[in-house]
Amino acid sequence: MSREQGDSVGDVPQGDFASGDFAVVTAGLTKRFQQQVAVDAVDLLVPRGAVYGFLGPNGSGKTTTIRMLLGLIRPTAGHHRLLGKAMPHGAGEVLPLVGSLVEGPAFHPYLSARANLARLDSVDRHADPHTTKARIDGALDRVGLLAAADKKYRAYSLGMRQRLAIAGTLLVPRELLVLDEPTNGLDPQGTREVRHLIGSLADDGATVLVSSHLLSEVEQVCTHIGVMHVGRLLTQGPIAEVRAVSEPRVRVDTDRPEDAARVLRGLGVVEVVVEPGLATGTLAQLAPDKIVAALVQDGVPVTGFAVERPSLEDLFVSLTGEGFNVSG
Amino acid sequence: MSAADVKARPLRHVSTRFLRSELRLIFGRRRNQAGLGILAVVPLILAVTVKVSTPRPGHGPDFLASITSNGLFVALASLSIELGLFLPLAVGTIAGDSIAGEANIGTLRYLLAVPVHRTRLLAVKFAAITIFSLTATAWVSLVGAVAGLALFGGGAMTTLSGSQIGMGQAMLRVALATLYLGLCFASLGAIGLFISTLTEQPIGATIAVVILNVMSFILDSIPQLSWLHEWLPTHWWMSFGDFLRDPIAWGDVNRGLVTAAGYALVFWLAAWARFSDKDVTG
Repeated sequence: MSREQGDSVGDVPQGDFASGDFAVVTAGLTKRFQQQVAVDAVDLLVPRGAVYGFLGPNGSGKTTTIRMLLGLIRPTAGHHRLLGKAMPHGAGEVLPLVGSLVEGPAFHPYLSARANLARLDSVDRHADPHTTKARIDGALDRVGLLAAADKKYRAYSLGMRQRLAIAGTLLVPRELLVLDEPTNGLDPQGTREVRHLIGSLADDGATVLVSSHLLSEVEQVCTHIGVMHVGRLLTQGPIAEVRAVSEPRVRVDTDRPEDAARVLRGLGVVEVVVEPGLATGTLAQLAPDKIVAALVQDGVPVTGFAVERPSLEDLFVSLTGEGFNVSG
Repeated sequence: MSAADVKARPLRHVSTRFLRSELRLIFGRRRNQAGLGILAVVPLILAVTVKVSTPRPGHGPDFLASITSNGLFVALASLSIELGLFLPLAVGTIAGDSIAGEANIGTLRYLLAVPVHRTRLLAVKFAAITIFSLTATAWVSLVGAVAGLALFGGGAMTTLSGSQIGMGQAMLRVALATLYLGLCFASLGAIGLFISTLTEQPIGATIAVVILNVMSFILDSIPQLSWLHEWLPTHWWMSFGDFLRDPIAWGDVNRGLVTAAGYALVFWLAAWARFSDKDVTG
């Protein structure tokens, strides 16, 4: 556990690495299992107070990275800090401030939800035994499980188990929450509730690192994103910045797409694509209203017009050249 | 910022909460309660069958023949019957569960993330195994003593040396013999703890403990391996009878305690060496 890693800090500037402005900093974090490189030189930067969407398809190395962050597995190479403290040395000091959900919920099946949380609380050397009951009820209430608190874990549905795991992270106030696929197994309503919960945790001042293989699920709640693909971190940063990389596209619905395309090109729209019934192109710096005016002026019948921001999914495709599928 | 919050949640240094939680898990689990029930069946059957049949002196183990003279011998006879398989199996089940059971259902990663330091986890787990081992042994002894005293009565006891000791002294001797065996089984539990760090299948660890236990008895019975016998983990277990000599024959008992402590230490350290660095992926 307390083995020093001998590698250099990597690409991250020393100043940033040492500063307390980041809740999570990793430098060249790498994990090799036998021949396979599961995580390859990942430099995560999660600013304090951020809701950081850690995105990538199944098998892209998100969970392995999170396991390393929490000290469950040792990196093959690289360093990391949580809340400004070097791990795994600082684990005893820093992990009490970190709530985590790793690779799905796990509890004792023959204990009730309440007994399971009491079990977790009893091993926490920082927890006050006098407030255990109130804190457990508070956590269960926050995830909507209070009514089912005395049911055996065995009888819980996957969605309820997921909620219980989230309740486990809320037993004590946290500065950082690491939530690995928290919406797995939840219905749309449950997913909304988890999103809402993440928002409210962030409002309380906590930093949230939330991983997901469903891009659209986290897009709405994140301030920052990082995109993983085959063990590498492709891009990260504030969500607006990351998305700015790909420019908005204009879409013209018309029965004369060839003419519309000519007008678009004439205006300086690039990457114009003609399809039956519509023409699309990348807007560059052009104001959209100019396009409509020009189309009308040239007598192109416009039945629909839209400026489309590329979704995270489109962004992912443009970054990797492939879909958001499981990578081997 | 973080340092201030750590101070806001002070470390509670001396706490038995984890150990108590561990014991609640062990003794609250139906399977383990059923196991303790089965352990109690042997002294009951023994007491009843001896009562209804007419024992012929000179047959069977020493203790068995003595039962009718003093009910406390039911406890001792039960221990000598159960030390071959039932008690080691019970301890092996708990020890096999200790790490592998948590890894198997995934709770291990959540314990470590709380965080629980891995050394502390192994220390508490072994403490719980030891307490279970002492409790299970005492339970067999207690059921045997109660059943025996109820059916055959107490009074002065004839020791294995042929002398007579009073009832109080006899009960003390039985208690010491029980404690001795409980500690012996706990050293087997340390072996189980180590095996439990090697796998994520608790049943596999349990089976391995039982196999090692039986293997040790088999090796102990092969005269050509006599040079090995005194090093076998089970070799000194039957010496618990020495508490019923007058005076108590401490020689073999002490060897047994040293052997048990040696096995416990070596295998706890092996578990630590194995687990303190292990990737927890389950």
